[in-house]
Amino acid sequence: MHRFANPARFLRLGAAIMPWSTGVAVLSLAAGLYFALFASPADYQQGESVRIMYVHVPAAWMALFIYTSLAATSAIALVWKHPLADLAAKAMAPVGAAFTALCLVTGSLWGQPMWGTWWVWDARLTSVLVLFFLYLGHIALNNAFDDPTRGARAAAVLAIVGVVNVPIIKFSVDWWNTLHQPASITRLAAPAIDPAMLRPLLLMAIGFTAYFVSILLLRIRTEILARKLRTLRYMQGAEAPAPAVAGERI
Amino acid sequence: MNDFAGSGIACRRGERLVFANLDFHIAAGRLLTLVGPNGSGKSSLLRLMAALAEPEAGVITWSATPIADDPDAHRARLHYVGHLDAVKPILTVAENLRFHAALRGTAPDDGRLAAALDAFGLAPLADLPGRFLSQGQRRRTALARLLVSPAPLWLLDEPTLGLDADAQTRLAEILKRHLAAGGLAAVATHSPLGLGESTALELGRPR
Amino acid sequence: MTAFTAVIARDLRLAWRAPADSATVIAFFVLAVVLFPFGVGPEPQILARIAVGIIWVTALLACLLSLERLFQLEAEDGSLELIVLSPAPLELLVFGKCVAHWLTTGLPLIAVSPLLALLLNLHVDGYAALLLALALGTPTLSLIGAIGAGLTLGTRRGGALLPLLVLPLYIPVLIFGVAAVEAAVAGLPTRPHLLLLGGLLALGLPLAPIATASALRQATA
Repeated sequence: MHRFANPARFLRLGAAIMPWSTGVAVLSLAAGLYFALFASPADYQQGESVRIMYVHVPAAWMALFIYTSLAATSAIALVWKHPLADLAAKAMAPVGAAFTALCLVTGSLWGQPMWGTWWVWDARLTSVLVLFFLYLGHIALNNAFDDPTRGARAAAVLAIVGVVNVPIIKFSVDWWNTLHQPASITRLAAPAIDPAMLRPLLLMAIGFTAYFVSILLLRIRTEILARKLRTLRYMQGAEAPAPAVAGERI
Repeated sequence: MNDFAGSGIACRRGERLVFANLDFHIAAGRLLTLVGPNGSGKSSLLRLMAALAEPEAGVITWSATPIADDPDAHRARLHYVGHLDAVKPILTVAENLRFHAALRGTAPDDGRLAAALDAFGLAPLADLPGRFLSQGQRRRTALARLLVSPAPLWLLDEPTLGLDADAQTRLAEILKRHLAAGGLAAVATHSPLGLGESTALELGRPR
Repeated sequence: MTAFTAVIARDLRLAWRAPADSATVIAFFVLAVVLFPFGVGPEPQILARIAVGIIWVTALLACLLSLERLFQLEAEDGSLELIVLSPAPLELLVFGKCVAHWLTTGLPLIAVSPLLALLLNLHVDGYAALLLALALGTPTLSLIGAIGAGLTLGTRRGGALLPLLVLPLYIPVLIFGVAAVEAAVAGLPTRPHLLLLGGLLALGLPLAPIATASALRQATA
């Protein structure tokens, strides 16, 4: 009857992965936070506020990683018309947007003691801000149609257009930044990093990725169940004495 | 000989299955009328036939070749007249028709245009902008597209809607000529077209 | 090719017979620019400093204003289905729509921009660069905007959604467009910026119609 009626294999697979990814997320985030907050040295220039970096930098990585995954998933959805790809894209976009927002907020918090102001048009932060808008556009477009399939298809095209533009935007923002701030030394991630700093950074990145996997599986499962429910409701409605197959759209 | 057929077709609109397991066959020179209650999927089937949308399941073939294999070739062989008339209010009747002929790759041909206008009784209105037309006159302009560029397959959605008796007779005549010349047509309609013999496909019945 | 030229000719004819549509966009462009001196004060130095930015940003917004109608009217009166059903490649017809859009909005925007530059006290050396940059940048705006206009067809709030989709993608054009003029004013070479603008256009010319055509096929499915 309906193609979402029985994606049982995915649900089984998801249920098998979920405990592991959640476990990895909890452990590595706990260890990462311990190293980040207690077992790593304060920066000789930035002091204790350098610790914000352990959230900020992995969040920035996740923002980019999820957007790339979104575009790859969208390409799969468009080429093979796999319904799970539509669901996955819809499920991951808000997570990516949340990581992007986290990156922006932590960047702003870090900027206050460093630059004495909550926002600086630093090339990296500005690029992340634009990425945030790309996420918002994707989410808004996905939800703007009465027919969820149509929304997913349109959003998929947008994600692919977006991913082509991300490097162009990044390049142009860097270009713009060097034109206006030739002597900028506002680098959030230091080029040479102490191993004691690298450990929490990597642990946090692993934790974020595992968290992303868990939350993604959870969101896809929720969406599958919600659609199943709608299909059941519709079939119930269709069995009523009203015209057998009626209505163009819901 | 041309031959248009579909087998095992299912159509989904949004999250609803409009119909499933539908078969049709139109031989050269034949007309298929699609009948059924509102929402039974007549328009949806015409859109599948026009390759505007893809069927959820099943194949549609032209002379035994699936239309999905070469959608460009399929578009070149069909005329689709949907619910909307596609008449620009700012352009005259003749300009509207010339544009649609060009859109289908047909070079402007004044003789053909005059014949099309004449066939639907539009000749006196040729230079009138679309915004001055009545609903029936706009419908006739939309139908006149059928004659400004040749195509073997006509897909018409409620073509008689808003037409007066005279225009309905003209349409029937034009359809007859099209079929006599070996053309094919699928017409969704609630009212009889007055063509006598035709195959009817009933939608919206449990199969 | 018949279909391609027919689309351009028809859109130009429509714009010619109903000039109010293009005129509204130009009026918005001029008016929005004129608002800035009221907002930041009439000091010629300040205005001269921000003139390019104002003109470019306002040009983006004016372009956006006209994009909403690019496919909306076609979809409403049924022409869009027939365009999609044309045997000619849809990408080519979409490109034709973009060409017509640029001729009816981008070109007039370029034409009035020197006047606005005058009002904002732009340095004399910036005029040529401004015209060149707009000439290279505005076609890209039409091309990218068409993607957004196609994607938002049939949405519940198309008009409000379009800026959210399109404006972030306009940022590179804005950056290089402004940089070219500022370089000219500072006596620096404008060539790299203009080349980058040309590069964006060269990228948009083949890619944007593909994305737009895919959006339109979805919209008519």
